[in-house]
Amino acid sequence: MGKLSRIAWLYIGAVIAAAAVAIALGPFSGIRWDQVAALGVLLVACESTATLLSSRNLAWSPNSTASLASVILLGPVGAALVGCCTLFGIRRGPSLAQRLFNTGMFALSAYLAGRAYLLVGGHVGTPTPSSFPGIIAPFACAVVVHVLVNFSLLRGVLWVTREPGTSLGRVGLDFKLLLTDMGYAAFGLLIAALWSVLGPFTPVLVIIPLLVARWAVAQFAEQQRSYEATVSALCQAVETKDFYTRGHSERVSRGSVMIAREIRMRAERVEAIRYAGMLHDVGKLGVPTSVLQKNGALTDDEYAAIQLHPMRGLDIVREIGFLDEALAGIMHHHERIDGRGYPMGLAGDEIPEFARVLAVADAFDAMTSNRSYRGARPVPEAVAELRKWAGTQFDPAFVDAFVTAIERDGWKGPEAAPAGADQAGVGDVLSAAGLPGEVLSGNGQSGTARAAGSALDDPTGPLRAIESL
Amino acid sequence: MSVATRRHEPRGFPRQVLDSGQSLLVLFAGVLLIAAVAQTAATGVRDVHAALAFGGLIAFGELLRLNLPGDREAAPIATAGALAYALLIRVGNSPVRLDPEQVIAVAAIGMIIGALPHVAVGRPTRLSAMAAQLVSVACVAAMFRPLANDSLIGSRWWSELPVMISLVILGWLVKATIVALIRTDALRARFGVMLLDEFRVQLPVGAAVGASALLIAFAAEVMGLAAVAVFTAPLLVTQVALRRYTGIRATYLQTVRALARVTEIGGYVEIGHSGRVAKLSVSIGRELGMPEPALLELEYAALMHDIGQLSLREPIPGGATVLVVRDEQRRIAEYGAEVIQQARVLDTVADIVRRQSDPCRPGDRGEEPPLSSRIIRAANAFDDLVGSSVEPSRAAAAVQRLRLDTASEYDPQVIEALSRLVSRRSVLGP
Repeated sequence: MGKLSRIAWLYIGAVIAAAAVAIALGPFSGIRWDQVAALGVLLVACESTATLLSSRNLAWSPNSTASLASVILLGPVGAALVGCCTLFGIRRGPSLAQRLFNTGMFALSAYLAGRAYLLVGGHVGTPTPSSFPGIIAPFACAVVVHVLVNFSLLRGVLWVTREPGTSLGRVGLDFKLLLTDMGYAAFGLLIAALWSVLGPFTPVLVIIPLLVARWAVAQFAEQQRSYEATVSALCQAVETKDFYTRGHSERVSRGSVMIAREIRMRAERVEAIRYAGMLHDVGKLGVPTSVLQKNGALTDDEYAAIQLHPMRGLDIVREIGFLDEALAGIMHHHERIDGRGYPMGLAGDEIPEFARVLAVADAFDAMTSNRSYRGARPVPEAVAELRKWAGTQFDPAFVDAFVTAIERDGWKGPEAAPAGADQAGVGDVLSAAGLPGEVLSGNGQSGTARAAGSALDDPTGPLRAIESL
Repeated sequence: MSVATRRHEPRGFPRQVLDSGQSLLVLFAGVLLIAAVAQTAATGVRDVHAALAFGGLIAFGELLRLNLPGDREAAPIATAGALAYALLIRVGNSPVRLDPEQVIAVAAIGMIIGALPHVAVGRPTRLSAMAAQLVSVACVAAMFRPLANDSLIGSRWWSELPVMISLVILGWLVKATIVALIRTDALRARFGVMLLDEFRVQLPVGAAVGASALLIAFAAEVMGLAAVAVFTAPLLVTQVALRRYTGIRATYLQTVRALARVTEIGGYVEIGHSGRVAKLSVSIGRELGMPEPALLELEYAALMHDIGQLSLREPIPGGATVLVVRDEQRRIAEYGAEVIQQARVLDTVADIVRRQSDPCRPGDRGEEPPLSSRIIRAANAFDDLVGSSVEPSRAAAAVQRLRLDTASEYDPQVIEALSRLVSRRSVLGP
């Protein structure tokens, strides 16, 4: 969270104070302290398995299991006391302020869930066979209240601690997470129900499947991270073929995601378009290096070889079990709205949505990076160019979305001097190995004629090329 | 198709013809099923509601079966349901008197019903996995039912739980052993290695399944049969987490496989080369008794072993790295490792790729290259010589040529393993 503003401290203080008042008002009669201790231990165990979510400041743990079990067994005040055990979670990461806030938040959520449970007619105490199935409805209410209070308080704290200028739409609190939370909450009922049979051994038995689920989620996250890193490394390998496009895939991916978010695509589709952006030019590998780096007019054959690259890309990624949409995007990212693109010459809405998004991001990055035949253009000029070709080459809606996103969030183009720093890593290795001659990096040749690069990715290139055919 | 490819096929052993060991197991399970159903039919079904509830849970779980790493079919929810049914002591306040035969019959029928939709849409049945499951449940039921029916284990949790826990562990061991035996047979690997792999992969799932089974069995005392319904929610959560994990693993492998083909599309190597080298390397690795995690890294490294060729301006004719000079080989390997290292998560793989061009004797770099590098080096040379040819004489000649280079170029034990594979014909042919 870094340095907190006064409003943030006020907010956190208010949450903690509310929890403290709720507990202080009691009543404490009828709370079994052995249960508080056992459930507190369970909660600490849950809290210690917290996994970081994609956004940096959020972690998720199955705490609601312990909190909701205590709602049934101990009532609102006892549940709030159990919630306070969040403070003792064994994990690195959260700062004191975060810990204090989390504690207050869980105590308050548990307390309100307990109040809701009583309000709908639930009975506090160890359930017996006769409590079923009557207990299920009040418990469900408690679950919903717990999850909602938790999420709203969290949204609140994210709001008061947000970086200036970012929107709250993308903090990673999605509906799926809400459902997961409710699924884990059902374990709470089981703990409460089993207490009469298994006593304090219940949490031990319950925590095993919980831990395995946590393990699987953590493994998933780890695999996902490795997956991304691997894809991106392999894309960079492909880019070594054309030194001028270093980092291009990464940036097109970023740009496509900006557009996708701006037009509010669903999360899975945003994810798919991210990969589509990274992989969109993989097919360039099938184009001979001599053609890619040619300075000068292209022959018909060479131009045909270049036009094949989206199909080649499709050949490579077809076997990846990924959204069909991403494949369509890769195949058609050089189509134009007016039907004069390649490889199929689709027009307007015939072009898959992903392809239209990729085309905008692709052209924009091509314009704002150095090419062998020209220097990088400044962002405003590239934006003007996008607008100029909107409706003929690009989908105007996506151009608008992209421009809005760039104006709000800015655009991080390639490093100012890619020829020096960027190339060093690979170049060093190769020259150390003693064979500089075959290194793949045309060292900054400057050409003026329309080169292969422009036919591949410059917005104004294909038009002229086709007109000349 | 060599044995290696089957490991990561989407589901099931694609061969419909079962190996002898598998058919024996399936036959045994079939006899068990018929005997149990006949016996249950003769004595009449006890407590029809419980039988229906648990049978339904088992069928539901079977419907939601998933693939664990290494092409292992698993149906955690069905397993938990079957075990819970076997371990049922009381439903509500009334004690449960169940014959082991009825438990087996309900579990088997549930599994079959759950498998039917899969068969209907044309997915391969996983007969041997289901049979192993049934045998393991039968073991637990046969040992626990008599104890429970005659109330020999007391009625407090501290006397019941130890017995139940040990039986759940026993059932898990039985199943892991059977599955390891099947895999040893199917993959022609070593039993010890397969058993350890099996334990490693199945431990987390087994623990979750066992604990869930105990929880359902105990919860039925308090909640009655509602326990089955209430428990489906958290089990589903675990299942969803597992499925996402296995899903991303599969995508990961597919992606590396696909992207490794960039060298083929770019004309640097012959079409199919990386795939064949990877297949062969994994077969050799398994023949040499490598455990599964190491085999996965070996497969990644083998798939990407030629990625360094992207640094060449023009492809080597035919892509045959065995034909170019040592320094060049090393440079390509070095560059490939550099590329892989950028991913930051595949450092072992990068190291394997880096050392693939080193001769196997401890040479200029001081120490021997890792076993995986030596395997890839041999597999790569073999493929460069044989290519996509399926002629046995050509393969034998290639092995002979590599053997002549042994001790200076290739690791003798790797070449011997390759030779055994070639003589078994398990590396050639479609």
